[in-house]
Amino acid sequence: MTLESLVLTLVKSLILMFALLTGFAYLTLFERKVVGRIQVRLGPNRVGPFGLLQPLADGVKLLLKEDIVPAGADKIVFFLAPLISVVVALMGFAVIPVGPTVSLFGQTVPLYLTDLNIGVVYLLAVGSLGVYGIVLAGWSSNNKYALLGGVRSAAQMISYELALGLSLMGVVIITGSLSLVDIVNAQERYPFILVQPLGFLLYLIAAIAETNRAPFDLPEAETELVAGYHTEYSGLKFAMFYMAEYINMITVGAVASTVFLGGWRGPFNLLNGPHWLILKIAVFMFLYVWLRASLPRIRYDRLMRLGWLVLLPLGLLNVLLTAIGVLILG
Amino acid sequence: MVSALLSDIGGLAKGLKTTFQHLFRPPVTFQYPEVKRPMFPRFRGRHVLRRYENGLERCIGCELCAGVCPAQAIYVEAAENTDEERYSPGERYAKRYEINMLRCIFCGYCQEVCPTEAIVLGHEYELADYDQASFIYTKERLLEPWPPQGAPAAPVR
Repeated sequence: MTLESLVLTLVKSLILMFALLTGFAYLTLFERKVVGRIQVRLGPNRVGPFGLLQPLADGVKLLLKEDIVPAGADKIVFFLAPLISVVVALMGFAVIPVGPTVSLFGQTVPLYLTDLNIGVVYLLAVGSLGVYGIVLAGWSSNNKYALLGGVRSAAQMISYELALGLSLMGVVIITGSLSLVDIVNAQERYPFILVQPLGFLLYLIAAIAETNRAPFDLPEAETELVAGYHTEYSGLKFAMFYMAEYINMITVGAVASTVFLGGWRGPFNLLNGPHWLILKIAVFMFLYVWLRASLPRIRYDRLMRLGWLVLLPLGLLNVLLTAIGVLILG
Repeated sequence: MVSALLSDIGGLAKGLKTTFQHLFRPPVTFQYPEVKRPMFPRFRGRHVLRRYENGLERCIGCELCAGVCPAQAIYVEAAENTDEERYSPGERYAKRYEINMLRCIFCGYCQEVCPTEAIVLGHEYELADYDQASFIYTKERLLEPWPPQGAPAAPVR
């Protein structure tokens, strides 16, 4: 690896990190605003114009909070759990192509961090690593509510991971590649949602479960488990769990856009570029917030039943149908 | 089973439609410190000790309010009026009149029991303060200022 490409990768990582963390900060504000308006309230509007400095105020507040470690907690694991969550959440975005290859300062710069030939598998692997942060947080807190939240998270992850993986396999069969760059390139003529509507729907549902968002937010179910796995966390560590959750949302939205909606490609390749990806992610974020504001939390046994008895068979069916289709047409 | 599934999806769609429509309603929020809610005329806020038009205090120190108060928040110490020092039209007046606002439950029994309508619950409700002692409202703080300044603290019924 030459020095030039090393510097380039570093710069790209830094930009990506900055974008993700800023995205996280403003996603919290966006969510509070949208949920507020849905509940016929205004949402935060006191800090800065339209409340635009609210994330900053929240951050400062959380930084200055006392960092509490409960008695009897496993201190090392208690400290590591939020780190695992955040690091793993940030890792996912590395394989997502943000835009086409462009020339900057006389150099050709591909707008992705790496073109991993097993990108889809990497995403699924990194996504399931995220559950370790939550399970370990629940276990190390020495608190029954936290433990229950952690256990639920593990059970939920197992139930939905298969459906999540299978929902992407249809697209992988069509393109014959696990690289996300190849998948975007294969959508030059039409986005895959047109041929994989079932896969798209399955991914959307499984992804909400994967990010522990309402109506699948059982691990933190505040009505029954206080705050679930992060009951005992405060200050910056608490903020890190939030960071992980929202960055996971962004990543999941980006994957859905990339795999099913053509990623950075505009409709009919109009004005291709990163702005299309951002727009598509924004639509998914709105959808997530909208669902959260509308749907009650699903009961635990029904969540498992939905995962195993509905989503998984449908995922298998989708793979089968896609395979037959590819066999006949291709 | 298919019809049950369809009705489930219909329910989901209906719920989502409802919340989406709410998104475009004007918010009902009052921007509180700047904009205040319109107040009902019979709102029960902080107490006011009223005077007659000639400036004499209405309170005659009968202590009925202190007796009826369920929270025992009122303390009254009465004294005799003299011709040189006259506070109220009758024989006696309240020498000390204190209300502990930390105990008061704003039930309004005091204004109901008062024979001279001396004590009424006004419209002021921003009573927050920094130390406990300042919640003991003395007679000086409760009494209507004399000569009258601006609008009366509570509408006269």
